[in-house]
Amino acid sequence: MRSVFRIFALVVRYFYLIKTSFPRILELMYWPTFQMILWGLISKHLTNSNDTIIQIGGVLIAGVLLWDILFRSQLGFSISFLEEIWSRNLGQLFVSPLKPLELVLSLMTISFIRTTIAMIPAALLAIPLYSFSLFQMGLSLMFFFTSLLMTGWILGIFIIAAIIRFGVAAESLAWGAIFTLAPLSAVYYPVETLPEWIRWLSLSFPQTYVFEGMREVLFSNNFNSNYFIKSIILNIIYAIIAVIVFLVSFEGARKRGGLINTGE
Amino acid sequence: MSENIIEVRNLSKKFRNHHAVKNVSFDLKRGEIKGILGANGAGKTTTITMLLGLLTPTSGSIKILSTDISKDRYKILNKINFSSPYVDLPKKLTVRQNLYVYGMLYGIKNINQKIKNVAKELDFTGLLDIKVGELSSGQKTRVSLGKAVINEPEILFLDEPTASLDPDTADRVRTFFEKFCKTHNTAIILASHNMEEVTRLCSSVIMMKDGRITDQGTPNSLLKKYGKKKLEDVFLKIARGKK
Repeated sequence: MRSVFRIFALVVRYFYLIKTSFPRILELMYWPTFQMILWGLISKHLTNSNDTIIQIGGVLIAGVLLWDILFRSQLGFSISFLEEIWSRNLGQLFVSPLKPLELVLSLMTISFIRTTIAMIPAALLAIPLYSFSLFQMGLSLMFFFTSLLMTGWILGIFIIAAIIRFGVAAESLAWGAIFTLAPLSAVYYPVETLPEWIRWLSLSFPQTYVFEGMREVLFSNNFNSNYFIKSIILNIIYAIIAVIVFLVSFEGARKRGGLINTGE
Repeated sequence: MSENIIEVRNLSKKFRNHHAVKNVSFDLKRGEIKGILGANGAGKTTTITMLLGLLTPTSGSIKILSTDISKDRYKILNKINFSSPYVDLPKKLTVRQNLYVYGMLYGIKNINQKIKNVAKELDFTGLLDIKVGELSSGQKTRVSLGKAVINEPEILFLDEPTASLDPDTADRVRTFFEKFCKTHNTAIILASHNMEEVTRLCSSVIMMKDGRITDQGTPNSLLKKYGKKKLEDVFLKIARGKK
C-alpha cells in the first residue's frame, strides 16, 4: 500500500510539471496534431474517387497516429525521467524510501497520461478535417493502444538505463532512438515490402504486429487476435529484459556514484 | 549508555586507482551530533553518500538502526533524511509542491499541516508558493533543510548545511537543529567547513584527510590534544600535516 502511495507521489510530482505550464500542455498536443494534419493533406492529395485509394489515405493517417502513440509513450516516459536529471533530484529521490521499480511504475503512469493528452486532440481533429475516425477501429484500437504504450515504456526503460549508465550525454536517445526502428516497424507498408533477409528483424518487434493488425482492420474490417497476442508476448519478453538492464544499470550507478553526480 | 544507531566498520571506497575512503570506522549514538571535518577531497561527502546508500562501498560494513544497509536499506530509509548542496529539489515546482511530494514519499500523515509547521520553524512560510528555481541560494538551503526534517528523521545527514546562509540565518538554522535534536532525539552527521558551527553543535568530531580518519574525539579533547584554542587551528594542523 505504501508502495502505491509513493508511486502516486511521483505521478503528482510529474503532473505538477504539466499542470503548471500551459506551453507544456500545448507542446504535448502540438506535434501529434501537426503530424496528423500534414499526413492528412498528403493522403487527401493522393485520394480520388477510388475507394482503395481512400482506404490507403486512412491507413496513412492511422499509421501516423498509432506511430505517434508509440513515440509519445516512450518520450513521456524518458522526458519525465530526464526532468529528475536536469533538476539534479535523483539523489534526493533515492534517499527517500522510493524503490527503483516504483520510479519505473510512476513513469509508466505519467507516460500514459501524457500520451492521452497528446493523442486525443489529434485523433478528434482528424474526424472533421479528413472524415477519418481512428475510433472506427473500435475495441481493436484499445488493443493497439495498449500494446504500443507498452512498447514505448520498454524503449523508455532501455533509454533511462542508458542515461543512468552514460549520464546526460545519452539524453538525445530520448528523442532519436525510436526513429531508427521506424523503417523496420512496418508503419506505412506491410512487412512483405521489406527485403526478405531483414523481415525476421521486423517481426521481432512488437509494434510490427500492431501495424499489420491495423491494416487488416482498415482493409478487411477484421481484427486478427494473433497479431495482438504476438505483440503482447514480445512486449512481455522485452519488458523483462529492460527491467533487468535497468536494475543492473542502477546498481552500476550506485557503485560509481552516478546517482548523486548525474545532472546538468 | 545510549545505543549506537550507526555502526561503521572498515569502510573503504576505491574509484579505479583512487582510494576516496580508507578503513573508516565510527559509531553514532541516538541524539548525538557528530561532525566530519576535512579539506576538500578528504572523503567526507563520499562517506556520507555511502551511509545514505547512494554509493556502494568497496569494502566494510554499515549498520544503521541495526540494519545492514547492504542487505536491506529500504527498511530504514523512511527514518533518515539528508540535505546537501550537491543535490537540488525540482526547480519548476513550488516549495509547497516539492514538500508535498516528499511528504508523500515518506508517508507523512497530515502533510499540509506538517508543511506549515516546517516552513514556520525554518522561516520560509512566505516562500511556499514560489518556484524553487526562483529562490536565492540561501532560501533554497532553508527549503532543502525543511525537506530534510519533514519525516522527523531519527538520523539526519547534513552536508555543509549553512554554507550559503548569511550569519543571522545560519545562526537561526543552528538553533533550529539544536532544538530539533533535543525534541526528537535525532542524531546528526554533519560535514562542514565551518569550525564555529562544529564547535557549537557537535558533541564529537571526526577529522579526515586523504580518505582516512586521522583523529576523532570531542571538540575539547581535540583542542587539548593538539594544544590549540580553536578547532580551526586543529583542522589546519591536521590538513597541512604539521607536526
